[in-house]
Amino acid sequence: MPRYGMVIDTKRCVGCADCVVACKTENNVPDGFCRDWIVQDVRGAFPNLQMEIRSERCNHCENAPCVRCCPTGASYIEDGGIVLVNHDECTGCKACIASCPYDARFVHPEGYVDKCTFCIHRVQQGLDPACVAVCPTKCMHFGDLDDPNSEVSKLLASRPHHALLPEAGTQPKVFYLN
Amino acid sequence: MHELDVTSGRNMHLIDPHLTIWGWEIPVYLFLGGLVAGILFFSAFYFLRGKADEMPATVRLAPLFAPVLLGLGLLALFLDLEYKRHVFRFYTNIRLESPMSWGSWTLAVIFPLSVIWAALHLERVFPQWRWPWPWLAGLVRFVKEQARVVAWLLIVYAALLGMYTGILLSAFNARPFWNSAILGPLFLVSGLSTGLALNLLLSRNEKEKHTLARLDVTAISVELFLIIHLFMGFLASTQVHIDAARLFLGGPYTAAFWVFVVGLGLLLPAAIELLELRGKILATRIPALLVLLGGLLLRFIVVEAGQVSQWSLALTK
Repeated sequence: MPRYGMVIDTKRCVGCADCVVACKTENNVPDGFCRDWIVQDVRGAFPNLQMEIRSERCNHCENAPCVRCCPTGASYIEDGGIVLVNHDECTGCKACIASCPYDARFVHPEGYVDKCTFCIHRVQQGLDPACVAVCPTKCMHFGDLDDPNSEVSKLLASRPHHALLPEAGTQPKVFYLN
Repeated sequence: MHELDVTSGRNMHLIDPHLTIWGWEIPVYLFLGGLVAGILFFSAFYFLRGKADEMPATVRLAPLFAPVLLGLGLLALFLDLEYKRHVFRFYTNIRLESPMSWGSWTLAVIFPLSVIWAALHLERVFPQWRWPWPWLAGLVRFVKEQARVVAWLLIVYAALLGMYTGILLSAFNARPFWNSAILGPLFLVSGLSTGLALNLLLSRNEKEKHTLARLDVTAISVELFLIIHLFMGFLASTQVHIDAARLFLGGPYTAAFWVFVVGLGLLLPAAIELLELRGKILATRIPALLVLLGGLLLRFIVVEAGQVSQWSLALTK
């Protein structure tokens, strides 16, 4: 069974937000909500500034607090390590939203909780998630973290990288190349 | 300098710029749940100790309010749900890792127990009360014979209910202000204290009032001790926890918390109760009302502050 993850090259990302638009289109994300978003992280003092642009989303955590706190089992980890919400079992209690340090979840206007699915419907057909597929700078990579020959594993082995809030203990699976 | 901007724009309902997922419904439920836990715990405790006649308000009268108050709490919980027609899903699964699942199953047990417990005391409180159907009267008679079993169950489930309201919040590592193991015992003791306060309001018996006031002063002292430990724990922890504590130590919740919750909700009623116990002033309903208001405000502030506190400014849009 693969262990899916995402690797995003912050050296290549220009923050064009194509991934955000592709996600909204692919997944019919309702107006006013988003499953992914762009963060511009600027550090330093002028003129010595350092900027990192990141496309952020659900980190499909290995140790997912949203899955642990869900009272009905609606939030679960699908084969491949993809964290999903079964709309039929969701009560909209919002415990998972409270438990996510990345604020990656939201209440869909229909009542259930929604979030990034790593475009599992595409992944199951052997395609990349929509955000990865449309990226004009090819800065986003998706694949099996357990396969040492996968593109994501090779990138992580060869380049310095970081994940978001590893100190929250969630073991995120979206990595950013420095 | 460290500046983070969401350049693709993010202003999601209930999520940005900080969580507002839980409005008035959750604090009201947490307050009513704690209050009912307090009522049922002391009622069952003094019943088992054979003090029903010495403490009539605590053992017999207050439990009549329990199912009504808990029912209102459950209504608030229901109103909070975003997908209301899926409410039954709480009861199609048991999730041991989820405090909310524990809570929903605890409620499924303690709500019927509170109705049974109230039914057992109805005839003593209202001597002219008659059950409408003979089978119902027979059922109540049967349960009355098992009253001690019901009382023991109530003690266990009231403690679970009181603890769970705090543990529910403390299980959220993502919200630093909630992420303290002190919250469970703090909400339990606060719930017991509000239960005692309601008993004090209902009691017409001087000796009972004396016992209740003494217990309440003890509960308030424990609460103050736990609040100090809550902040000591945060200040000795990581930066996000220190930032969470600062919301109350100079930050936006400072005045509301220390003046209204700690000052008017704990210190003042404890001081008045101590003076009353020593016969320095006449006993009034003021301290009990202050304790109830303080308990309600504590939950409003804790629920809101937890949603404001977060791990990273990266997500402060």
